[in-house]
Amino acid sequence: MSITKSLNDAVARREHPRLRRYKETLLYAKYVIFHPFDGFWDLVHEKRGSLAAAHTFVLLFLLTYVLKLMYTSFQFITTAIQYINIYERWASLLLPFLVLCLANWSLSTLFDGKGRFKDIYMAMSYALVPYIIIQLPLILISNVLAFDEGAFYTVLMSISELWCLFLAFVGLMEVHDFGPGKTLVSIVATVFGAMVILFLLLVFFSLLSDAFGYFTSMYREIVFRLS
Amino acid sequence: MKKMRRLLAILAVLTILAPMTVAYAAEDGYSSTYTYNYDYWSELRESPDAYRVTDVIYSSSLALEKAMRSPKSLFVRDQDLYIVDTGNNRILQLTRIGTRFDLVRVIDQVTVGADKLEEFMAASDLMKNEDGTYLTDDDGSYYLKPPIGSAAEKGPMVLTSENVTYFNNPNDVSVDPDGKIYVADRDNNRVIVMNKDLEFVQLFTKPSDSTFDQNQAFLPNKLVVDTSGRVFVLANNINKGLVKFEADGTFTGFIGANPVTYNLWDYIWKTYFMTKEQRSQQAAFVPTEYQNIYIDKEGFIYATNTSFSEYDLLWDNAKPIRRINAVGQDILVKNDRYPPIGDLEWVEQSSDHGPSKFYDITVLDNDMYMAIDQTRGRVFGYDPQGIMLWSFGTTGVNAEGVFTRANSIEHMGTDLLVLDELDCSVTVFAPTEYGNLIYQASEQYLRGDYDGSAETWEKVLQLNANYNLAFIGIGRSKMRAEEYEEAMALFKMAHDRDNYGRAFRYYRKIWVEKNILWVVLIIAVLVVFSFVRKTIRKVKWEVAAYEHNKVVK
Repeated sequence: MSITKSLNDAVARREHPRLRRYKETLLYAKYVIFHPFDGFWDLVHEKRGSLAAAHTFVLLFLLTYVLKLMYTSFQFITTAIQYINIYERWASLLLPFLVLCLANWSLSTLFDGKGRFKDIYMAMSYALVPYIIIQLPLILISNVLAFDEGAFYTVLMSISELWCLFLAFVGLMEVHDFGPGKTLVSIVATVFGAMVILFLLLVFFSLLSDAFGYFTSMYREIVFRLS
Repeated sequence: MKKMRRLLAILAVLTILAPMTVAYAAEDGYSSTYTYNYDYWSELRESPDAYRVTDVIYSSSLALEKAMRSPKSLFVRDQDLYIVDTGNNRILQLTRIGTRFDLVRVIDQVTVGADKLEEFMAASDLMKNEDGTYLTDDDGSYYLKPPIGSAAEKGPMVLTSENVTYFNNPNDVSVDPDGKIYVADRDNNRVIVMNKDLEFVQLFTKPSDSTFDQNQAFLPNKLVVDTSGRVFVLANNINKGLVKFEADGTFTGFIGANPVTYNLWDYIWKTYFMTKEQRSQQAAFVPTEYQNIYIDKEGFIYATNTSFSEYDLLWDNAKPIRRINAVGQDILVKNDRYPPIGDLEWVEQSSDHGPSKFYDITVLDNDMYMAIDQTRGRVFGYDPQGIMLWSFGTTGVNAEGVFTRANSIEHMGTDLLVLDELDCSVTVFAPTEYGNLIYQASEQYLRGDYDGSAETWEKVLQLNANYNLAFIGIGRSKMRAEEYEEAMALFKMAHDRDNYGRAFRYYRKIWVEKNILWVVLIIAVLVVFSFVRKTIRKVKWEVAAYEHNKVVK
């Protein structure tokens, strides 16, 4: 037992172990976003991340998104806030996110990927962190910028988005233990996979409603005949 | 009880009055959506009427012997209105006295004076005998060569034995301040110029230049004349732009060609999937012709374009309205969220769906321009910044202010004249109080009377609380008065980011100057706080280390 660790333990002695772990996994994001190759590897293979932290990041991401729509200065954003349904927007963010994770997981066997669904979800959630840490302050910043200083806003925004994309890419690479080329191929396959999943869902629901219609009409017919 | 009775009396009066107010609105004849505007979210917003019909000119009201037949164009010079009565090969000259329009004369022939005869004959493409002399008919009249590709023996008759020439499908007219009349005499393949006594002056005919396809007829459709007498002709079947003639009649090239538009899919399909035979059957990607032209007082040509599809509007490829400078570039200012394209939305199921098609445009003296849309019979007004002022009008029959096939618009002062080709009528619109206030406010602003302008805009706001230009106008004046916060609120209301940003910069500067002490103080507190926190942590750490060592020992 190193002295630092035992000292840390001593300082944090009073904390509940689960809370402590949650805090640690949450703060581990800082390491992940600056050292993605190492970070993502340890995240899943060394159990440095937790699902709780991943959920937190997804929730924060959704929250950031809404705050951004509501409080960004109107000079930089054209959102008809009066027409927006927040739940709809959330669904339109969450659903693709989850479907893509699912598709990636489904295809990981095909590509010899090592990651489980939990790992993929975790990596993708941790990849959202730059979006949160840049866009949240950006909401405030947008309110002290004039229109012709919009370049700052756009640049920061692009950085946050590109960073996230890069992290997602590296995340998949490390989770599945792929090379970059293979990751690229698997991403393309994932997109197609997601489409297939959506198609199947559509077919399933339409069949379900057909079946439902069939049974209700049959019930009505029987009731009609009997009475 | 007494109270009750009074209440009942009031109710009774109200029930009598209520239908009367409805009847009044109906009598007014204008539905509440006759005039409208689009808000920032491209939602249609009802607006007070900016223009109302004051008069409709019909053939009968002018006491014409022969009724108008498919008139094609209008032209206004001072108080005179010229109607090109294409179907009857004549031009009607009207003059306005007070609010009435009276017929001055019918222009249907041009006399060629003896001194001009030779010039006229030389410029016209007349039929000749084998020995080189001009071919004449038995009655001594001269004929044009038959149109290209036609099997006819003779072209149209262009000069009688009395040295009179007639029009053949005239499509447009222009009159210069001296009273010289220019007529785009389409099927005679010429632009004929006459003086105010209808005597022949000059002819603009097919250029013999090699840039002009000699196998094609010269069919002048629309024309404008600039202050130095240069003539710009919009000719049918010519897609290189406007044909430009100098005042002396020499052809000096084309100007303002409509850039070629095609989409990627068409391109891929044509280049990679079509056989050579198929390709040769199809037209190449060619620029389209303009629909109509107008020259403003500064000499810039406004051109409208109607040959585009809805898809082209998405990224402003269509550019239905252009302002063409001397080198042929489009310099129209577009400072609104949406470029000037007319209607932003329409009911897809209706019979008149589809993008607005501007058949004509006119530019007022205050640089505001009005375009007439044939699709839905609407007039769209824009200010010099490209911000929509209003839209009014609709399609229909047997009512004032509705059009069946509106194809020309002109202005007389701020009054608008709209020609209906099918109905053979000219509708005269005059601005209402609301319209006049808008004109007045922008004029005051241009004159430098900023406070006056703001006051006028306030009045506009009382009539229409959805009018963005009014918010911007008042905001500007507030900004000049250094009331930045109010200005910002107004600009925000109008979604004017540019002006908001400007006001915000001043506001921010003042705020920082005022609160610099606090800013410094807060930063100082933060620095101190973080230093203190660090120290406390360090102490804690040391205490822990000390205790740890004690335990280990």
